[in-house]
Amino acid sequence: MADEDDRNLTEPETGGEPVWEGQVYTSADGTRRVLRRRPPVLEACHLGVEFDDRYILHDINLKVHKGETLAIIGESGCGKTVFLKTAIRLIAPTEGTVLFSGIDLGELNSRQLSEVRTRIGFVFQQAALFDSMSIGENIMFPILQMNPRTSRSELQDRVADLLLEVGMTPEVADRMPVELSGGMRKRVGFARALAAEPELMLYDEPTTGLDPIMSDVINELMIRARDNHKVTGIVVTHDMKSAKKVANRIVMFYPQSRLDEGESQIVYDGPADDIDNSKDRRVTQFVEGIAGERLMEMTHTRSE
Amino acid sequence: MAHEWTAEKSTLLDWLIALAGKIGKSLNDRIIFAGQLAAFSFSTIYWLFARPAKKETMVAACYRIGVQSLPVIMLTGTFIGMVLAVQTHPQFKAVGLESRLGAAINLSLVKELGPVLAATMLAGRVGSAIAAELGTMRVTEQIDALASMGPNPIHYLVVPRFIACLIMIPGLTIMADAMGVLGGAFFSIKLLGVDWGYYWEYSRNAVALYDVFAGMFKSIFFGGAIALISCYQGFNCDAGAEGVGKASTKSFVVSFVMILILDLILGIFLDKIHVVWFGGGPKAVV
Repeated sequence: MADEDDRNLTEPETGGEPVWEGQVYTSADGTRRVLRRRPPVLEACHLGVEFDDRYILHDINLKVHKGETLAIIGESGCGKTVFLKTAIRLIAPTEGTVLFSGIDLGELNSRQLSEVRTRIGFVFQQAALFDSMSIGENIMFPILQMNPRTSRSELQDRVADLLLEVGMTPEVADRMPVELSGGMRKRVGFARALAAEPELMLYDEPTTGLDPIMSDVINELMIRARDNHKVTGIVVTHDMKSAKKVANRIVMFYPQSRLDEGESQIVYDGPADDIDNSKDRRVTQFVEGIAGERLMEMTHTRSE
Repeated sequence: MAHEWTAEKSTLLDWLIALAGKIGKSLNDRIIFAGQLAAFSFSTIYWLFARPAKKETMVAACYRIGVQSLPVIMLTGTFIGMVLAVQTHPQFKAVGLESRLGAAINLSLVKELGPVLAATMLAGRVGSAIAAELGTMRVTEQIDALASMGPNPIHYLVVPRFIACLIMIPGLTIMADAMGVLGGAFFSIKLLGVDWGYYWEYSRNAVALYDVFAGMFKSIFFGGAIALISCYQGFNCDAGAEGVGKASTKSFVVSFVMILILDLILGIFLDKIHVVWFGGGPKAVV
């Protein structure tokens, strides 16, 4: 009996042959394996979003594979957060499709979409905790959505575990969101997103507005989520240090409004540790944080 | 000279075109608003029947909308009754029909003023609070967070408030009516010296059960309109504190206008029903 290989293979290791679901091949270590091709966890196909007759995203094609953490970088207004919200269909795309584990989210009815969303965790920029609920209730919320019959004691244990996991004491569970600092709220938001054991985590600028120590804590949490919980992640960030630390792969978006006809909005898509070697001026400008050159460009555009 | 005239004509034409453009845009915006509100209302009604609302969210909404509005509604009702007595007493006294004061006060209370003024008060107290609460949730991404975890925000946030308004606003209207009747009677009998026997006798003759039902029936629609308009404004709130403030104000203004429109339409409809069922128009007070 051959072992099952469910890695994200696009080509079999036998090399060059046509591949199909269930193909038996011999891997490099000599074992016989069955190829199980798995669709990417998230796939955007020709995705476009238009607000007020202006394209924010246009013709975005992107795949995120299982186990990978992808960082999306780019300057403000280039559509990073819009992409993240479109990925979970909080924003309906104007054109194109989003596939989650091969399921076209646009084809689902609201009940089916609700079910799919329970498999995705979202960490919002300002945490977006429900301010009418205590911290404990906030964390319990997604668990109860998955299984409304979870017992009270089970819920309390799970909340305590999750709070410990994000470096907080279980006593915090009784406090209200308004009583917590920004960093604490973000960690609670993180715990809430992890509570339903998602397959995919979406992080919207998780380190923005935090001091360097708290930023590092959040980075560590993202790495732990990937390594310990085997969660695939998409991180939207301005923070290059954070992107390089947590991501395997970086994609850089460029504002649609400044592109020429036919130019792709994705100006970099490659390994995180390779971005420094990019020859694209737009990428180097962002990575090295050369504000002067960009400022000159903006001033020039305005005077024109 | 001719050149000046042409220039003037051209300016006037430009002004007229600009005015027509503004009117067209305003009309277009209102049609879009009506369409979006209708779609939002249909979605709410769909979720109302698709899945039962959670008990705990329902109880909380009923408490906030109903129980917490009780003092202000009782106060409003009492003062409506007393003000009616103050305003109508001199007119009735002048024609020697002081004894029929109760009929005028109580009929106008249960049919019109009670439901309309209670609904107006609730559009201010409840509607603005709903719009501000949901608007804040929108701008702080709490509605997005809710949707991202699975629940449909309309089912979770709008349906309980809609049901609570449908149940509690008619209940509050009964309370406003009752307090208005008591306030009017107290003022008329104790302070204006109207004979209490005649006061109640004429009231009993003038106010039929159908009149009370008509007021209640209207208040159900007022409640539904307040809930839907306020929730819609909250859900479609613009960013920032200014956006929340605007949503709150707009929810009151649009609810108030809708209450007046519904009052007219339902008033005509209920009078027609009265004619069909009871074979005559409403009773005359005098």
